[in-house]
Amino acid sequence: MPPEGSAVATASVALAGEARPSSLVRAWRRAARRPPALAGAAVVLFYVLLAVAAPWIAPDDPLRTDWSAIRKGPSAAHLFGTDDLGRDVLSRVIYGTRISMQAGVFSILLAMTIGVPAGLVAGFYRGVFDQLIMRLTDAWLSFPFLILAIGLVTILGPSLINATVAIGVGATPTYIRLTRGLVLSTREEDFVHGARALGAGDLRVMARHILPNISSALLVQATVSIPGAIIAEAILSFLGLGVQPPRPSWGTMLNTAQQFLETAPWMAWWPGLAIFSLALSFNLAGDGLRDWLDPKDY
Amino acid sequence: MFDYLVQRLAISVVTLAVISVIVFTGVRMIPGDPARVMAGTEADEAGLAEIRAKYGLTDPLPVQYLRWVGLALRGDLGESIRTRETVVVTVAKKLPVTVELACLSILVALCIAIPVGVLSAARRNTVWDYLANSLSLCGLSVPSFWLGIMLILLLSVRLHWLPASGFVPLWENPLGNLTRMLMPAFVLGVTLGAVLMRQTRNSMIEVLGTDYIRTAYSKGLRGRAVIFRHAIRNGLIPVVTILGLQMGALMGGAVVTEQIFVVPGFGRLIVESVFTRDYPLVQGVVLITASAYVLINLLVDISYSLLNPRIRVKGAADAA
Repeated sequence: MPPEGSAVATASVALAGEARPSSLVRAWRRAARRPPALAGAAVVLFYVLLAVAAPWIAPDDPLRTDWSAIRKGPSAAHLFGTDDLGRDVLSRVIYGTRISMQAGVFSILLAMTIGVPAGLVAGFYRGVFDQLIMRLTDAWLSFPFLILAIGLVTILGPSLINATVAIGVGATPTYIRLTRGLVLSTREEDFVHGARALGAGDLRVMARHILPNISSALLVQATVSIPGAIIAEAILSFLGLGVQPPRPSWGTMLNTAQQFLETAPWMAWWPGLAIFSLALSFNLAGDGLRDWLDPKDY
Repeated sequence: MFDYLVQRLAISVVTLAVISVIVFTGVRMIPGDPARVMAGTEADEAGLAEIRAKYGLTDPLPVQYLRWVGLALRGDLGESIRTRETVVVTVAKKLPVTVELACLSILVALCIAIPVGVLSAARRNTVWDYLANSLSLCGLSVPSFWLGIMLILLLSVRLHWLPASGFVPLWENPLGNLTRMLMPAFVLGVTLGAVLMRQTRNSMIEVLGTDYIRTAYSKGLRGRAVIFRHAIRNGLIPVVTILGLQMGALMGGAVVTEQIFVVPGFGRLIVESVFTRDYPLVQGVVLITASAYVLINLLVDISYSLLNPRIRVKGAADAA
């Protein structure tokens, strides 16, 4: 982003006669004004840690069955209880973080990898290509997200990777639309005309001038669409179309738990609470990020 | 106005055409030989050839596509491999249940979204506003199927207030039907309500900042009169559009909700047809869902432009 107004800011600070805090410190101060967003970001970080360090944190092997401890309630030995095969629910929830995080992050990355360039080109060049892409996204968006994902998984076959691809493909039109809209308003800005006047080519204008200016909006969108992707993966796995047993996914765990609601309700508590808290934290962090990146908020 | 309608209609037709191509190629991309699926495992080569000839599976794909579209336009979507019933009849049997579920959950969503959204916009940056915002964030983040399971756990397993599943048709036993639809409708309505509440709040805040509202205040009207008589009319228009756009999410949500509460509707039909590899049914159901979505949003846009002259003029200006 162009360092607009920094000279003015320096001058006024110099007039006030006090040291100008570093940009990092200012960024932190502005973030600290939003405790819910910070809490959300902290919880997201916590889950990232869980996912990365699952083998060292989990108290037990998530696949180890114990026939002497079938559907036992929460206790000191098994803090979250055990499931229908005597596996430790806490360990399975911890390992499940890996699957949810992978599915959530990689599907949105996929959607952005396809959607952002497509939207950029469509919005920049307009014309026939733009019309073509917009009609395609119209049709694409007419399939309910989940039904499109279910259809794609039917074609590809149920697995974690295919579920991730299906969710990513389902989320792509959102990014095409968003990028295109942002490009349409940015390409008329003075600095773009300025870059053109200085002889910048299409590629340079798109990559060096437009993309950096729309990246924060795309980042916010990514943060708020990850929870949707995480929930979608859980739903696909819950329906038996995602991760296959015995791999510990929150969705498959809930699917099994549904059969034992009367005798082992704890099997349903934890995986659901994990999805809920992770999705909520992403949403809180995303809302905070939106305000934080908004220049009007300084 | 006429130009706008024609333009909007043309876009919908193109969209429907693209949808049909996507559905057709999608189903053709499913691994496996459709003739073998239809014939069953014990069929011999001659039987397979017969089926291929009967359904024209040896024709070039564009020919197959045109034939399929031609039949679909006349209301013939083929028949289910499993039950031998036509796809249209199968869907017609299941659809009313899902339409009822959808209407009830829209009702639930609106009952939550409008009062809470208007209140939080009118009392912006107060405790009420923060509370409402937290509520909607929770609604957006809670996985609906888990909420469903928790409700069953609380209201059926623990308290025995409501039956956990089972379905009785509305016309046979209205009360029994409603008690069984209460939980699914609530679960499906919560997410929608959270989305609509945010929209209501945002558009109400925008409307409350306009000049005509300031005029209404300055001529001495009380706050309540301004909000209910002046602001709400304009504030709720965008909510209708969002409601239309959310129909897709609602249909997707119905798939999971019907699965949990064992409601024999359209959503369960989709999952069943996928698991039994009933391709004509999958193809028909997905096509119907997507077309319904396009038509609903066409209707929303048209009614919207009829209600709001500004859109009409702007649409015409854009078209020119």
